[in-house]
Amino acid sequence: MKTAVIKYNSGNVQSVLYALERLGVEAELTDDTEKIRSADKVIFPGQGEASTAMSYLKARKLDQLIKELKQPFLGVCLGLQLLCEHSEENDTECMGIFPVKVKHFIPENSQEFKVPHVGWNELENLTQNPLLTDLPANPFVYYVHSFYAEMSKYTISSTHYIHDFTAILHRDNFWAIQAHPEKSSVVGEKLLENFLSI
Amino acid sequence: MLTKRIIPCLDIKDGRTVKGVNFVQLRDAGDPVELAKIYSDEGADELVFLDITATVDKRKTLAELVTKVAKAINIPFTVGGGISTVEDVKVLLNAGADKISINSAAVHNPKIVDEMAAEFGSQCIVVAIDTRNVDGLDFVHTHGGRKATLLRTQAWAKEVADRGAGEILLTSMDHDGTKAGFANEILAEISSALSIPVIASGGAGTMAHFKDVFTFGKADAALAASIFHFKEIPIPELKEYLIREDISIRK
Repeated sequence: MKTAVIKYNSGNVQSVLYALERLGVEAELTDDTEKIRSADKVIFPGQGEASTAMSYLKARKLDQLIKELKQPFLGVCLGLQLLCEHSEENDTECMGIFPVKVKHFIPENSQEFKVPHVGWNELENLTQNPLLTDLPANPFVYYVHSFYAEMSKYTISSTHYIHDFTAILHRDNFWAIQAHPEKSSVVGEKLLENFLSI
Repeated sequence: MLTKRIIPCLDIKDGRTVKGVNFVQLRDAGDPVELAKIYSDEGADELVFLDITATVDKRKTLAELVTKVAKAINIPFTVGGGISTVEDVKVLLNAGADKISINSAAVHNPKIVDEMAAEFGSQCIVVAIDTRNVDGLDFVHTHGGRKATLLRTQAWAKEVADRGAGEILLTSMDHDGTKAGFANEILAEISSALSIPVIASGGAGTMAHFKDVFTFGKADAALAASIFHFKEIPIPELKEYLIREDISIRK
């Protein structure tokens, strides 16, 4: 099985590679169109700012390529946000694979709710989905983000912080998770394993 | 529900874990990679590595250690100690660190916080502040708490948050090594005033101290070293205790 991790100007891609390595999967970090197209699985990690990342992807036509992919595809963190329609982060038009808007957390009360949302929180309302096979009830995953995807019909799990937001999205061959599975201990490993066996 | 974080801190010297009692006496507590793996398996929510001998020629050694840790563990970790430039940060993040922490460098050149946050994002920039109470007022100290500055701790915390720090790691030098409890008063004051998370450090001695720092101290995370390294408080037991005490904790 060939697993491609999309190389772009995003931080912390290395952690995803190490996490795959711990699962015994040798993935290739690449921005080569053909390699990405022919991979069995594609992972789109992310950390950073939305508009810079989108400009980079557009300049290399990676946004078009991603939309055309047919194999199982997993967006992580900023990777999830870029697959949505639009992000409030610097008013950025994203790829629109999920017709969902990405918004900024606005704390009602800064003492109780801080932004960014940093730390371990629960995946709730898990639906029947191959990505979510054999997870414990309300498992904890690690988050670091200031923007979130709103709830939608593509939401297959939500997390509560200030209000409910989309934790995981699924449409056709595209899955996306806001938390960092590569940093989410055994639960994160299970999510990655599930994705790799789809 | 977002949980409070328990963070063991590993002080590193020449690639080994050490812990200073009041930062002076050093005791050897093992191999950092092995210890990191144990903590992560035991349920630590994050780890902090503090290189107390970070000099220019040692930085390569630190980056190598960071890579080994990143390959071995599946929870986030922060690296600090002697970081002063954007290039230092780049090296450590590329080696696999999730966040870096800066301390004295920010005091000497506050603009470095803006530069680092702009380059790498606030989420990976932790500003560590060592504070000591002098005649009833709180002042920032540098050089492991030995050198006083004229900066008031509360004002400095606000300034680094405005400059783009993602989190604050507040160590009370008056409490560090005493095992008499965290500095809940100043922690609560700073945590309430800021919209970024505050990690409490210095003074952990009992499980009740952790409950107090999450309630009275309003801390988002609590860091400790020797009580974990010497198994005085095992992390699984601490977490069970905190859950019983109704603190939101990851199981």
